[in-house]
Amino acid sequence: MKRTGAQILWECLVREGVTTVFGYPGGAILPAYDAMLDYPIRHVLVRHEQGATHMADGYARASGRVGVAIATSGPGATNMVTGIATAMMDSVPIVCITGQVGSKLIGSDGFQETDITGVTLPVTKHNYLVTRAQDIGPAVREAFHIASSGRPGPVLIDITKDAQQSSCEFDWEQAAPKPHARPERIVNPDSMATALQLINSAQRPVILAGHGVIVSNASATVREFAERAQIPIAMTLLGIGGIPASHPLNLGMMGMHGEAWVNTAIQEADLLLAFGMRFDDRVTGNLKTYAPNARKVHIDIDPAEIGKNVPVDVGLVGDLGTMLESLLPRVAPGGRDAWLQHINGMKGESAVRDIKNLPDDGHLYAAHVIHDLWRATDGRAIVVTDVGQHQMWEAQYYHHDEPRTLITSGGLGTMGFALPAAIGAKMARPEAEVWVVAGDGGFQMTMPELATIAQEKLDINIAIINNGYLGMVRQWQEFFYERRYAATPLLSPDFVKLAEAFGLAGAAITRRSEVIPAIESARQHAGTVVLEFRVEQEDTVYPMVPAGADLHAMIRRPSPLVETAEDA
Amino acid sequence: MKPHTFVVTVEDLPGVLNRISSLFRRRNYNIDSLTVGHTERPGVSRMTFVVLTDTPGAERFAANLYKLVNVISVADITNTPAVYRDLAMIKVAAPQERRPEIVHLVEVFRARIVDLSPESLTIEITGGEDKIDGLLDVLRPYGVLEMARTGRLAMTRAARANASAPAPGPVADTHDPQVSYSV
Ligand SMILES: Cc1ncc(C[n+]2csc(CCOP(=O)(O)OP(=O)(O)O)c2C)c(N)n1
Ligand SMILES: [Mg+2]
Repeated sequence: MKRTGAQILWECLVREGVTTVFGYPGGAILPAYDAMLDYPIRHVLVRHEQGATHMADGYARASGRVGVAIATSGPGATNMVTGIATAMMDSVPIVCITGQVGSKLIGSDGFQETDITGVTLPVTKHNYLVTRAQDIGPAVREAFHIASSGRPGPVLIDITKDAQQSSCEFDWEQAAPKPHARPERIVNPDSMATALQLINSAQRPVILAGHGVIVSNASATVREFAERAQIPIAMTLLGIGGIPASHPLNLGMMGMHGEAWVNTAIQEADLLLAFGMRFDDRVTGNLKTYAPNARKVHIDIDPAEIGKNVPVDVGLVGDLGTMLESLLPRVAPGGRDAWLQHINGMKGESAVRDIKNLPDDGHLYAAHVIHDLWRATDGRAIVVTDVGQHQMWEAQYYHHDEPRTLITSGGLGTMGFALPAAIGAKMARPEAEVWVVAGDGGFQMTMPELATIAQEKLDINIAIINNGYLGMVRQWQEFFYERRYAATPLLSPDFVKLAEAFGLAGAAITRRSEVIPAIESARQHAGTVVLEFRVEQEDTVYPMVPAGADLHAMIRRPSPLVETAEDA
Repeated sequence: MKPHTFVVTVEDLPGVLNRISSLFRRRNYNIDSLTVGHTERPGVSRMTFVVLTDTPGAERFAANLYKLVNVISVADITNTPAVYRDLAMIKVAAPQERRPEIVHLVEVFRARIVDLSPESLTIEITGGEDKIDGLLDVLRPYGVLEMARTGRLAMTRAARANASAPAPGPVADTHDPQVSYSV
């Protein structure tokens, strides 16, 4: 039977299991929008195409399924670039569909013509310019395969208007992705043996658990591995949730804002086991002094990551879970009490505080807000953060026990991510409690998506950590630019009134005692509530490894008041 | 760090060269030489790259190329016996009285004269880079007016190691959904 290209597009999306798409219409994608009405698809109308890509991203991160965003040519497509780059850096499977001017107009600077496949070349895993109806099916099917296989990532399909309009025969089977020959990566038994030998002989090993633990669904296997060998685990920002925060072997987050005992353990280690992470500069600090005594075993699905930033002794390329399962039976059990005790000793040292014991003295600290949010939600919410100080405090004080419950832009650090990504997460997992934790700055970047929430009648709760500053930048200015606060003080709208203007509920919180009651009432409220927490303005995220400094050269919490020993 | 020679086969589709050059730019690879042309197989183009890098860098270079969906095979033939050829056309100033000397040099280098005009000769030479550089050195005093060079082409010697065939080693069975053809 003949179908139009537009029909083929939706037919393929439905068959790929797509139920929800995030998008914004326009001339070049109109035929696709028209055809959409005949398919079982929920379309979420966004307020800016960047939002559509972040929603698809949040949808994918929350569920593991491919997220789909759709937009028109030209400005619609270029508005997607930030979201695509965000997904690329964090290996998130999304498929973006853009309309393109008619194939005869291509190259003529036609109205709303942009070479979007050219623009997105470096920030997509792959992209397609489709100019004929019969090429739509194969492109869509291959795009889904590429987005979700191997190291996941974004794929863009740019479809000309005439390709959407013209008709051809469509056969699902024939549109199956064509095989691309690749050398099979058979893990060298010698590498395996060397890895095992390093693991079994290490006295002071540390596992570095990255996003790959979650993407590979390897949480249980990594735990089993760590428990069997009694190896402590440090997590990257995107690894959070991969291992329960409450697990006794889980040390917490490493890197620029990792706790001192985590970074010190890495620096003192004699073996690093990098599981699905990529030694980003935010986790290594100065590479020259990074883990100087450690041998390194790196397991990653992307061979191009092996040895990229840190030379390794053994690189094992493949799916993390599968790889660990084959190592597991040959891993010698336990026997690292001295090392674990040593790290625990560092946790107890006086330079370490626990926020639970920190008096508020009438101030409202962001860290307290996050801590209380964790308590009030039983640590079970999906928290979607923006980028900045609040993001780091969330990572430090919200203790995630489940994979896919912290959704945050790590590699690109995209402000404006939280609100739209939370919408995507909620659409993917409607039964879950979803919270946005955003700064006053980043929230204002994508805040029109509140209208999307209202239109879709979603129940998401939003915590704006309002410190009156672009706080993380202000912190750098405080440390490195003599407190010359260039362009970081920030005026915000009245967020409560703003929420009301969108038909949502809102409340402002200024005192610690109001925090839990406000969170509780937001949780009870059917529908979205915007909570504005007016927190301490010049508060600082500690500890901090200045960019490029040695990982052990942390700026520690300054005053004994904020440095209470955990057991004190 | 040393020059590594790669033979890469790619699908002959619009934009593929752009994808490859975009990768090099993005990853900050310094390409010494690059040639592209058809192969014995329709729809398949062959590229030869020379890249200055170390061994781990060469492995990552190949791994990054494999991440491009349109790349079919990548072979680092640096340590494989191979024939290297470069082709140059050199237009050299040649007044009547100096022609015999130039013709003599051309013979010594086993090059050919492919065009002449009252003031100049055009010489074609194929061979390894050293040979071409050698001819250039001796022609320079006469005045090299123009030169075009292809860059390195390479072919491994052993019939087995045909680099334009899928890369050495077992090839993934792409019908197995567990196997990904792009990382
Ligand atoms: C789109 C974008 N622009 C600029 C930055 C640089 N940046 C990183 S954190 C930050 C400040 C964020 O301020 P806010 O949202 O108020 O969060 P806070 O740090 O105060 O918690 C800025 C400007 C960025 N990460 N993303
Ligand atoms: Mg702020």
